[in-house]
Amino acid sequence: MLIKKPADIPYSEVTPKALYLNRRTFLTGIPAAFLGARALRANTKLPNLAKSPLSTSEKENTYNDVTHYNNYYEFGTGKDQPVDLAKNFKTDPWTVSVEGEVAKPRKYSLDEIMKVAPLEERIYRHRCVEGWSIVVPWAGYSLSELLKQVQPTSKAKFVAFESYYDLKQMPAARYAGIPLPYLEGLRLDEAMHPLAMLTVGMYGETLPPQDGAPVRLTVPWKYGFKSAKSLVKIRLVEKQPPNTWNISSPQEYGFYSNVNPNVDHPRWSQATERRLGELRRRPTLMFNGYDQVASLYTGMDLKKLY
Amino acid sequence: MLRSRWTKAAVFLLCLVPAAWLGWRAWNGDLTPNPIEYITHFTGDWAIRLVVVTLAVTPLRKLLHLPDLIRFRRMLGLFAFFYASLHFATWFGLDKYFDLHEILADFVKRWFIFAGLAAFLSMLPLAVTSTKGWIRRMGGKRWQLLHRLIYFTAIAAVVHYYWLVKSDIRLPALYGSLVAILLAYRVGAWWSARRRAASAQGGKQAQMTAR
Repeated sequence: MLIKKPADIPYSEVTPKALYLNRRTFLTGIPAAFLGARALRANTKLPNLAKSPLSTSEKENTYNDVTHYNNYYEFGTGKDQPVDLAKNFKTDPWTVSVEGEVAKPRKYSLDEIMKVAPLEERIYRHRCVEGWSIVVPWAGYSLSELLKQVQPTSKAKFVAFESYYDLKQMPAARYAGIPLPYLEGLRLDEAMHPLAMLTVGMYGETLPPQDGAPVRLTVPWKYGFKSAKSLVKIRLVEKQPPNTWNISSPQEYGFYSNVNPNVDHPRWSQATERRLGELRRRPTLMFNGYDQVASLYTGMDLKKLY
Repeated sequence: MLRSRWTKAAVFLLCLVPAAWLGWRAWNGDLTPNPIEYITHFTGDWAIRLVVVTLAVTPLRKLLHLPDLIRFRRMLGLFAFFYASLHFATWFGLDKYFDLHEILADFVKRWFIFAGLAAFLSMLPLAVTSTKGWIRRMGGKRWQLLHRLIYFTAIAAVVHYYWLVKSDIRLPALYGSLVAILLAYRVGAWWSARRRAASAQGGKQAQMTAR
């Protein structure tokens, strides 16, 4: 007797050929999608960071120093506060709008920000206006890479930066005592200097929230407050943009704010600094030791334009 | 209870708790990434707190009808001086590393250092003359007059704190308000005592004329 066996799989369940072939594109997409999704979270490993010749050979501070001693007033004015108060800061989804005097204004997703240029590890000195300093291995690329993509027009003379601000996520910001959102600015030639960095990570990982996740500025020859955290807007402009600490106390904080041992802050000397982890103060260096930026300021009286 | 020797010992130990806490954290290497700054702020905080507490003794005695609180005033004042000395020594020794040149430059150029030093130095004569012997030697009236210097100490300490903070003035404002209230109480007390004296005088005069 001949018993007809049903086919193992009905034809309706067979994968169409187009979809079957698409499998490969799907597979090749996985790493990017994976990194893209994972990169939005703090403390994701950033593999294959290129070494940078701009790095200092000085001893890095510990990860603990850099994550437990933060000036991030939106998350409290105490340096021990941001590590707790920023713990649940939501950085996903995230958009950075690059706009103003540019030929190609564009909104970048964080995923796109991560891919503007190959990520490098750069070990920079970081000097706070308060007289302490640290050495941090940042991860990112020169800000100029991003600016070149949007093509500044001939009118663009300055770059204005704006940090994220939301009282719901940052209730302690009520008591910051400074106007928010946090604003900063650079002259275009400063922003285009290779040392000026768009930073997405540190210590080989994405940034933790208290250090300015998911993307921040790092300008190592200027006092730390110039390096705005958690950027949402980068605007190219014609006139010198306002910066928060200058609005708050103009006699204490200028626009340029280059590290300068010869120009004292009205309330303390800038001649020396304490490197976290060291007992004795060490002398502060002009431009924080980054002499290669000196040519940006030829002919300027840095005592007046502090 | 306030008269007991044990209460005094308890207050003494209580005043030592912050110092012990600091010592414990130092022992465990748990003084934040910037230990010198932490010690400076910690000892400064306790100095100003104890100045405020010392200033509060007299008003509290009167308002709560607890005259025996006076037993703790000298001790509280001396502990304020103790923490202020630690605060000063931390700045002088640990922070500035006995660099007299830089210290002098700070002293003339930085108003908040000037105010802080003024507050600290104004406590010195009070600490020195805090003994019974000195009260006897000076006489109660003169001794009391000298010890009103703590009003200056408190104001200078608040100003020091206020000039020091960058933007978040909540704590200096808090201590400033407390000091203002405690000093206002004294002005009020002085004023009403004067009026009472004046009306008593007036009453006497009225009696005299009636006679």
